[in-house]
Amino acid sequence: MKQGTLSKALKGGAIWGFIVLELVFFSIAGEYLSLSDKAFMDWENMLLLFKQSAPIGIIAMGMTIVMVNGNIDLSVGATFAIAAIILLDSMTWPIFAGLGDWVIPLAWLLALLVGTALGALNGFIVWKTGVDAFIVTLGSMLGYRGIVFMFNGENPTSHLNWTLVDFAEAEFLGFATATWFLLGVTLIMWFVMARTVHGRNAYAIGDNREAAVNAGIRVGPHMMINFAIIGFLAALSAVVFYSESGSVNPNDGQLYELWVITAVVLGGTKITGGAGNVIGTFGGVIAIQLLRKGLGHIGADTSTVNLVIGLILIAVLFLDKQLNVKGKEELRV
Amino acid sequence: MATLDRRQIGSILAKQGILIAFALFMIVFTIANPKFISIDNVFSVVRSSAILGVMALGVTFVVISGNLDLSVGSMMSFSTIVVLDLHDKIGPLLAIPAMFAMTLCLGAFIGFLVGYLRLNSLIVTLGMLSAIHGLTLTYSGGQNMDIADKEGTWFSVFGQGSALGIPVPILIFVGLAALLGIALARTPFGRKVYAVGGNGTAATFSGIKRARTVFTCYLISAGCVATAGMMQASRSLGSQNTVGQGLELEVLAAVILGGASLLGGSGTIFKTVIGVLILGFIQNGLLLVGLQFYVQFVVTWVIIILAVWLDIAAKRGKLFSHIA
Repeated sequence: MKQGTLSKALKGGAIWGFIVLELVFFSIAGEYLSLSDKAFMDWENMLLLFKQSAPIGIIAMGMTIVMVNGNIDLSVGATFAIAAIILLDSMTWPIFAGLGDWVIPLAWLLALLVGTALGALNGFIVWKTGVDAFIVTLGSMLGYRGIVFMFNGENPTSHLNWTLVDFAEAEFLGFATATWFLLGVTLIMWFVMARTVHGRNAYAIGDNREAAVNAGIRVGPHMMINFAIIGFLAALSAVVFYSESGSVNPNDGQLYELWVITAVVLGGTKITGGAGNVIGTFGGVIAIQLLRKGLGHIGADTSTVNLVIGLILIAVLFLDKQLNVKGKEELRV
Repeated sequence: MATLDRRQIGSILAKQGILIAFALFMIVFTIANPKFISIDNVFSVVRSSAILGVMALGVTFVVISGNLDLSVGSMMSFSTIVVLDLHDKIGPLLAIPAMFAMTLCLGAFIGFLVGYLRLNSLIVTLGMLSAIHGLTLTYSGGQNMDIADKEGTWFSVFGQGSALGIPVPILIFVGLAALLGIALARTPFGRKVYAVGGNGTAATFSGIKRARTVFTCYLISAGCVATAGMMQASRSLGSQNTVGQGLELEVLAAVILGGASLLGGSGTIFKTVIGVLILGFIQNGLLLVGLQFYVQFVVTWVIIILAVWLDIAAKRGKLFSHIA
């Protein structure tokens, strides 16, 4: 066995092991602690879990490629809110009146375009100015959120279109629309990252940016494309979610960036870039949602969920450090 | 007197750019509305920035040592809730040190993880943001915390009182800034913080205890957060569980605006204070000229990116990055 293979296998499978552990734990604990007499591993419950994972999960797929690329995006929550407002508000615009239900694809397109543009703007600034992505997106997180509030003050923006609601609540082969979007996005992002030149270059840039530059990879455009992707996915997440709910508060999407980053890191993506994949991220998303649901099932409140998720994130980081073979060669101080 | 060539002007701009921008900003807004520079207005701006400012002082240490602290917001909620709760149970005189001890424990835990176990500070403090928020909710049971006798307590002095005509929050902010400024610029410990942030390996080889230095930075940060929590609690004498939510990013924005590099090794307390004041005066100035409250966020966005960009551009001698 090659050195490091075991630790690699352990790390790759860790998130799935963790999910199994959660399932077993909540099933057994649920027998004794749950207030409802429904089993935790109920098929309905699991289907709901997939659906509820979609908003965070769709964005997390974009965060995976951005973080593999060696960047980070803190502005996704604000982009999410802007896209939601565009979606719901544009359906009431006078120029679209008379289109009937044809306004729906237009509103979707508009929201997705705006999301993509906001993401691309972040990427463009990172590319041209050379300012760290953390600072750029920290700034735009404030800026985009400001735009959200300038739009309608503290009031919610609402518009219900029943055709749209029917579409969002539809089920196909047992899975809800949102679940299909999550699965589709995961599949496409897997393909992009594992089977395309762009994906391979994203890994190369994240692993060693200088080397990638020297190898003739055009680093800037690749980074910008990745930011455009995450902007698009943040908008897609909003579009899928708000098609159903029909009302957006200006605070919606706040702290999403933290949940998304937590899911991605739990899924094994390195914060410094160069390693990670969407399958792991998918596991991370499911693990977090399981934890939220499971803790709720056994009667714990949100405070416990926050506490547990925070500590698990730190524990994963610690274990990762221990399993990291390279760490042993590092300077021990 | 020798004339300055372009290079020198560039380097002066790069070094003092943030001060020049601040001065320009103040002049423009004073012309737009003379009330802007009045003593009353200045006091009210500094007073309302003081809580953010005190937190930014501590985060400056952490950032200079090459780490991040995203947990200060939820830690501030924690200390605010704790001190308000203990105020009625054991009295303010005991509540304050008890709250400081609890907050310092949290800081020590983070410092242990980042300093001694060398875990990535972004993820650790992200986790702690969530964990401490959970802790706060568990402690308070999700309820708002209020002091029973709001009129009779001397505890309100830290947030509402004034001495010699100057509001106490400003005195605390300025006093702490002076103290920590001296600690950072004039003591061996301060030098170690810069060394560890500038080049951790080199610092280790020159005999500096990296872990202990980072640990101490997080303790300082927690101490500042506890002070800010005390001021917040004293100002409102009641609080929600989420009082500090989102502050971590505003604090970081102020520190970055002051010119500290997220890579560590650069930044000063004085510049952070300027960064805090800029944020405070932007908010106030935009309101005074009659713009909507939320415009300040967009303006802050533009200013942060411009400030960091010009700083980097001056260092590399080119406006745009060399990345193809």
